[in-house]
Formats: sequence, C-alpha cells, structure tokens
Amino acid sequence: MTRPGANHAAQMGWFAAHKWLLARRFVQLAFLAVFLTGPLVHVWIAKGTLASSLTLGVLPLTDPMIALQSVLARHALSLTALTGAAIVLAVYIVVGGRAYCAWVCPINMVTDFAAWARARLGIKETITLDRRLRYWLLAGVLAASAATGTIAWEFVNPVTIVHRGLVTGSILGGSALLVTLALLLFDFGIAARGWCGHLCPVGAFYGLLGAKSLVRVAAVRRDACNNCMECFAVCPERQVIAPALRGADKGVGPVILSGDCTNCGRCMDVCSKQVFRFGTRFTPAATQVLKGE
Amino acid sequence: MAKAPDHNGAVNRRGLLTGALRAACGAGLVALLIAMPAHRRAVAVALRPPGALPEADFLSACVRCGLCVRDCPYNTLTLSDLGDGPSLGTPFFNARNVPCEMCEDIPCAAACPTDALDKGLKDIKDARMGIAVLVDHENCLNFQGLRCDVCYRVCPLSDAAITLEVQHNVRTGKHAMFIPTVHTDKCTGCGKCEKACVLEEAAIKVLPHALAVGELGQHYRWGWKEKDKAGEALIEDNLQLPIRGMENGLPSSELKGFKP
Ligand code: SF4
Ligand code: SF4
Ligand code: SF4
Ligand code: SF4
Repeated sequence: MTRPGANHAAQMGWFAAHKWLLARRFVQLAFLAVFLTGPLVHVWIAKGTLASSLTLGVLPLTDPMIALQSVLARHALSLTALTGAAIVLAVYIVVGGRAYCAWVCPINMVTDFAAWARARLGIKETITLDRRLRYWLLAGVLAASAATGTIAWEFVNPVTIVHRGLVTGSILGGSALLVTLALLLFDFGIAARGWCGHLCPVGAFYGLLGAKSLVRVAAVRRDACNNCMECFAVCPERQVIAPALRGADKGVGPVILSGDCTNCGRCMDVCSKQVFRFGTRFTPAATQVLKGE
Repeated sequence: MAKAPDHNGAVNRRGLLTGALRAACGAGLVALLIAMPAHRRAVAVALRPPGALPEADFLSACVRCGLCVRDCPYNTLTLSDLGDGPSLGTPFFNARNVPCEMCEDIPCAAACPTDALDKGLKDIKDARMGIAVLVDHENCLNFQGLRCDVCYRVCPLSDAAITLEVQHNVRTGKHAMFIPTVHTDKCTGCGKCEKACVLEEAAIKVLPHALAVGELGQHYRWGWKEKDKAGEALIEDNLQLPIRGMENGLPSSELKGFKP
C-alpha cells in the first residue's frame, strides 16, 4: 500500500488531501492561543484551563466530566460551574462528543505524532489492549470520586495537566513535560493508539456523548469504495468504519454512529473516491438518494 | 499481552528491534512516572487562598482551573506543580515568598467558578488561611529582649491578631521583653509577618490550623470562665479538706465544703 492519502493527493493536490488535518491543527492551536494571549500579551480572551474557564469575562465553560465527579464527591457545585458544564455538553451533543478529542484536546497532537512516527518507521509491534478498557476506567474514576469525596481523575488527568502546563508555562520544567513524554513513549513504543484509543476516560466520557450526537461522518458514497484500506490505516478508531462503509448489504446506514469516532475527518482526507463527508446521524447514503429519484 | 512477532522459525531482526524498542519505551515510561513522586522535597508550608473550604471538601470542589491565580493582583497564588506539596494543580501560596495582601474585594474568591473558595466570605478579616505561630523562641529577636517588633508592625490587624505581651527579662534581670503573641480568633493567616521577619529563616511562620491550634477535650472547662459565666463560683472557694489523722478529733459537721 502506498502512503495513505497519496492517491488523493495525486488527484486533488496535497492541500486537499490534508484539508481536515490542517483545519484541526489550526483549531487546536487556536484553542491554546485564546488561553495564552492573556498571560503573554495581556489581552484576555479565555482565562482558566480546559477544566473551567471564563471567556471574555462572560462565558463560563466547565468540563462536564469534572463537574460530574465533583457532584459525585457531594460538593454543591456553584451555578456558574453547572451552567458552564451544561453549555459544553450542549455543544458536544451537536458537534460530536469526541470532536473534543480531535479538535480541542492538546494530547491529540502528542498521540497523533506518536501514531505518525510509528507509521513512518513501519513499527507494527504493539501490545493489545481492549478498547472497552477506557469505559471501565471511566466507571472506576466516577466510583473513586464518589467513594473518596474528591475529583479523583484530576489527581492524574494528563489532559488537564498538560493544558495547565501549556497555559501557565510550567510545562517548561514541570509535571506536564513528564506526562507528555510518558504518553509519547507509551503510544510510540508500547501500544499503538494506546492512550486515546484505549485508556483515556475523558475520551470515553465524550464518546458516550458522541453516541447520541448530531454531527457524524457518513460514508455517503460507499458504493464507490475500491477497498484501498487507506481510511482504516489513518483512522485512530478504525473499528468504527466498517459497519458504515460495509453495511450496505446488511441494511445498515452509511453514518458512523459509534461514539468512538472523533470526527477528525482523516478518512475524508485520504479517500481518493470521496466516500466520506460530514453529515448528521440522519444522513442517508448518496446511492439510496439516487435510487429514490 | 504481546503479539508474537511473525517470523519463520528463526528470530528475525525486526522482531528483536521492536522488542528492544518496547523495552526501552517501557523503561523510559517507568522512569518518567517515578520522576513525578521523586520530585517531592521538603517545602515551606503551603497555604490555601482565602475562603478555601476545609481541605477534604476543597478537593471535592476545586477543578484546578487557576482562575483564582489569574485574578490575584499580587501574584500571591500559584498552581501546585511537582514538589510543591499540595495536590498537583491546586492553588496555594507560600507566605515567605509572597504573602496575601488581604484585598478587600477578595478577587480570588470572586473568580472561583466552583465555590471551592467560599463567596460567603465577605470580610477578608474573617479569612482563616492559617495561623501565625512564633515557632522559634531561640532566634526571635524580641524573645532575646530586643525591640524588633517587625511582625507586629506589618500585621494588617496589628494589636488584634498580634500583640506584644510584656514579660520580665530574666537574662538581664532588669528589662522587659515584648513577646509577639498571635491570637487565633483574629489572625487571618495572611503571612505578612512571616514575609517580613528579619531573620534569615523566619521565626514566625503561618501554619495550617491543624498544625497550629490545639483543641480542648470536650469535657474540659476553664473554672474561671465558668465562674464568670455563672456569676459565682460553682463550688465553694475555700475547700477545707480533713487533716489526716485528725478525722476522729473533729465533728464531721465542721468539715465545711467537703463533699465526699
Ligand atoms: S482520548 Fe483523552 S487524551 Fe485523547 S484526545 Fe480524547 S480527551 Fe484527549
Ligand atoms: S486576598 Fe488578594 S492578595 Fe490575598 S490571595 Fe486573594 S487576591 Fe491574592
Ligand atoms: S478558582 Fe476555584 S476551582 Fe479554580 S483553581 Fe482556584 S480554587 Fe480551584
Ligand atoms: S498572619 Fe501574621 S500578619 Fe497576617 S494577620 Fe496573622 S499575625 Fe497578622
């Protein structure tokens, strides 16, 4: 197999074959930038961290999973935090739960880099983890919060440790650096797509949201698929593709309904047959539309 | 569980290489994870921002967002990192570095989105971040009979939170000593005194309540306070106990105040 996306790039140009990847990197960096303008040039856009923030002095946002742990720890959470969590929940119910992972979380750049390096170096060796492990971890974290009366995952959460390190600058020598390197080593040398694809309970939480969310990737032109397998090669959650892409015979719709899909759009980037596009969970297959006409 | 590398009988080089890679990454990972607790070092006492809930409740509330840190105009607060002591990412301050300036509008508590810092705290004088304790009597200058008084003079609640109590100077035999004395019902734990102490290492330090304040047994009563409350002694003042050996010599009716 040639490098995934090579065919698409040959047809439509490099830019078209990396459109969504570039868009994602831009958005990820923009999310960092809005937190950094304050400390760096004293123009405050977003204050705080991904755990809880205040944007432009008016918009409160709170991570719903952290808020949930706080409630389970029996803290009477303030209205501000509850409102912030509700807004975040509402947004991800629309744009796709794990859109958080693909478009916002700073860890994504680290684990994507590890996956990219593995692919470039042709490393196949990996330990096998069950992808459901993260849901068990999530359950464990919530139980631990309730049992210990603390926001349990925040003692170790790499997502907020790294984000905090980035926005306060402490990554230059603190825990955030160690955590970043640890994740890099884990995903690179030990388990392929190990952290985000198998373990992270934050991703699992957003995955549960994603299973019900509106914006989804749909294999609308699945009839055109030539089985090049490139989408499977780049997808961080490859198990989600087959049901939608190969489901025509079984009467399954073309929409990737699994909450594990991060709406990253890499499948769209690499597919030379334009099989995939963003749609909603109600999007029908293009062929079905044509047949109906 | 490791997937067996696909080779035909002989161990191929690829298998060896990736095995080594995994071992190296595994060792690196363990080293990084150990580096985190290994960073713990003896540190000055970390204090929570004003209005912070008691520690156990604080950890159920604080999401470690740092909004309090951002809104402190004096850069008093920091989010904890490796070796700082408090739970990773939670806000604290070290009084000897930067004390709390006791802002009247308490911007840190106002910024807290989770009520981990209690907005019910309206008057910063009611804050209880810790309690100052004159820990080192051997080096405190006032304790030697000198008149340093710096901690007393910088205290925002001077003469209430901290007073100078006069004692006889036994060393010289003829002078007084002015002992800085902290009062737990007034001290906010702001740490201005600790910051200002002129010694190399402060003789007065703000400690968390649990370390600084003792607690009377539930059944203990201070006799003189009870007396003040009741307006009279609860038992008669001059107990006259029977004199040993004289019991038989005295009529028991004369054992005034003796209640067996
Ligand atoms: S799985 Fe976890 S670490 Fe990975 S991108 Fe999602 S939230 Fe971030
Ligand atoms: S009261 Fe003022 S100086 Fe003290 S921690 Fe809060 S914001 Fe900082
Ligand atoms: S603002 Fe509140 S929740 Fe945020 S770090 Fe400070 S105390 Fe914790
Ligand atoms: S910590 Fe020191 S300066 Fe602050 S109120 Fe207490 S005695 Fe005064």
